[in-house]
Amino acid sequence: MNYLYLGKRLVIAFLSLLVVSSVVFAMTMALPGSAAEIILGTQQTEQSVQQVREEMGLDRPLSERYVDFVIGVFTLDFGDSLISDQPVTEMLIPRLIRTLQLAVVAMLLSIVLAIPMGVIAAAKRDTLSDTAITNVSYVGVSLPSFVSASLLLLFFTTGPLGIFPSGGYEPLSEGFIPWVRHLALPAIALNFVVFAYVLRQTRSSMIETLESDYIRTARLKGLAERSVLARHALRNGLLPTVTVLAINFGWMMGSVVIVEEIFSYPGMGRLIVQAIAERDLPVIQAGILVPTAAFVFANLLADVVYTVLDPRIELGEK
Amino acid sequence: MSTEDTTTVGSFQLPSIVPRLLSNRKILVGLTVLLPIIVITALGESITPYDPLQTHVADKYAAPGGQYLLGTDNLGRDILSRLITGGQSSLLLGFGATAVSMSAGVPIGLSAGYLKGRVDEVLMRLMDIMMSVPVLLLGILILVALSSNIVNVILAIGIVYVPRIARVTRSATLAVSEEPYVMAAKARGESTSHILFKEIMPNVMAPIVVEGSIRVGYAIMIGTSLSFLGLGAGPPHADWGYMIATARLHIYQTPWFLLWPSLALLVTIMAINILGDGLRDVLDPRAMEGEL
Repeated sequence: MNYLYLGKRLVIAFLSLLVVSSVVFAMTMALPGSAAEIILGTQQTEQSVQQVREEMGLDRPLSERYVDFVIGVFTLDFGDSLISDQPVTEMLIPRLIRTLQLAVVAMLLSIVLAIPMGVIAAAKRDTLSDTAITNVSYVGVSLPSFVSASLLLLFFTTGPLGIFPSGGYEPLSEGFIPWVRHLALPAIALNFVVFAYVLRQTRSSMIETLESDYIRTARLKGLAERSVLARHALRNGLLPTVTVLAINFGWMMGSVVIVEEIFSYPGMGRLIVQAIAERDLPVIQAGILVPTAAFVFANLLADVVYTVLDPRIELGEK
Repeated sequence: MSTEDTTTVGSFQLPSIVPRLLSNRKILVGLTVLLPIIVITALGESITPYDPLQTHVADKYAAPGGQYLLGTDNLGRDILSRLITGGQSSLLLGFGATAVSMSAGVPIGLSAGYLKGRVDEVLMRLMDIMMSVPVLLLGILILVALSSNIVNVILAIGIVYVPRIARVTRSATLAVSEEPYVMAAKARGESTSHILFKEIMPNVMAPIVVEGSIRVGYAIMIGTSLSFLGLGAGPPHADWGYMIATARLHIYQTPWFLLWPSLALLVTIMAINILGDGLRDVLDPRAMEGEL
């Protein structure tokens, strides 16, 4: 493995986070309305707003607040919530854990469902099963998560199929069944677009692999089609899927905002929506930066996994 | 397909490309579904059976059929009429935002791919950084900083997708930047902007059109998602996302209110995706799948 390249990638990842956090800082500063005004509601006077702003530290010079903020980002200290006075990091951690559970389950669902279906579609190209699978994937990539989530809510929380709770969260320590029942619908909704997308990617890269010369050679050697697929095609055909999964992790980190809101799932996404409504700047900043950081490192990880799976690739020359 | 072939296709000579486009089944299916949707929403209020804002309190939550073809919503407004006018802002979002991302992304990609070196490095790193923020979060961030009106929503989604267009344009530009006609233009002493927009751009349009067509679908997705979260244009521009957000609160009274706009959104985005796929098959067969 090329450590120099990896080091360079790490530096770039940190630089990205620095730039993104500056932009997030600038944009949250531009938010119309302030937490002070929202806390005081209708009882505000110019004097009381000023007093609350001082208490919140909103009257300090911008440059000072910016430096504090950036130092905070890299020491994982995002300050205190303007609304609840709780340290943001403390608020974030349990919610981040819940969101990650959701994302991981959704990701596993995608892998378990999409990859085999994509491989089958590619192996049986232009047959009825391929057409059926391809059409399913069209529906999947075209269904925004707020639509699939709303439809799941409609069909599976009421009426004859109403076997799931309409929202909430139960920790795993309360038992596996309650945990799964609360996680199932949001995970499926979150998984929908990603599933279809991974499926399409798997299908097209497998088709490309199956048409390559070395596969033709393997077939000419008289190997059974099954072993051509399993031993030779899968490894190369699935490589692009690794990258695609990492990219989709970013999509998921965005979609959780919607899915959590719909299923009243107490994760990061709901926190962001609430923080925006309350103009709770530190929480908004952290709520955007933490998933971004997760996404940046997911991409880095995918790069590493990619090289481990395919030693032919010399990182840095790509 | 040989390189030469791609170049002719890329140069977009309309008379020769139209029959090939129309012989592709995916393109035909996509257009057959999409064109009526565009025409109907474009006609808008001139063909709606009712005033989309008119409430009929006595008839709220009406089932489909009868007086109101698709039923009524929680305020007794005709769902079909609201679907038609709501489609205007949904489609406007999709096409408008894509136009924004193209008008910034194409020049960025052309410059990076042709000028190479430091310009390329700086521009593309910037694009990477933009892409490191998950799309929906970036959209949310832009819209809470700006205020939510239809122009800002279009701008926000447009900005979010600039890096994707820029990357596609750059890699297509890299592929042709050493071609003889580019070298000749350079030797003639043409200006950089002439080379970028008059020599290179017409020859890299194919992958850009493909990418753009797929972007329209995603832009509608993000746009309606944002308005679902209450960050969209909002009334009176009640797009399908906004309708679904309202319908979700009334699913126990009438499932139809939720089902119709969901179906409209699904069919529209699907038609765009199928059309985009067909365009890729014909114009840019070696391209990879688009990125979310």
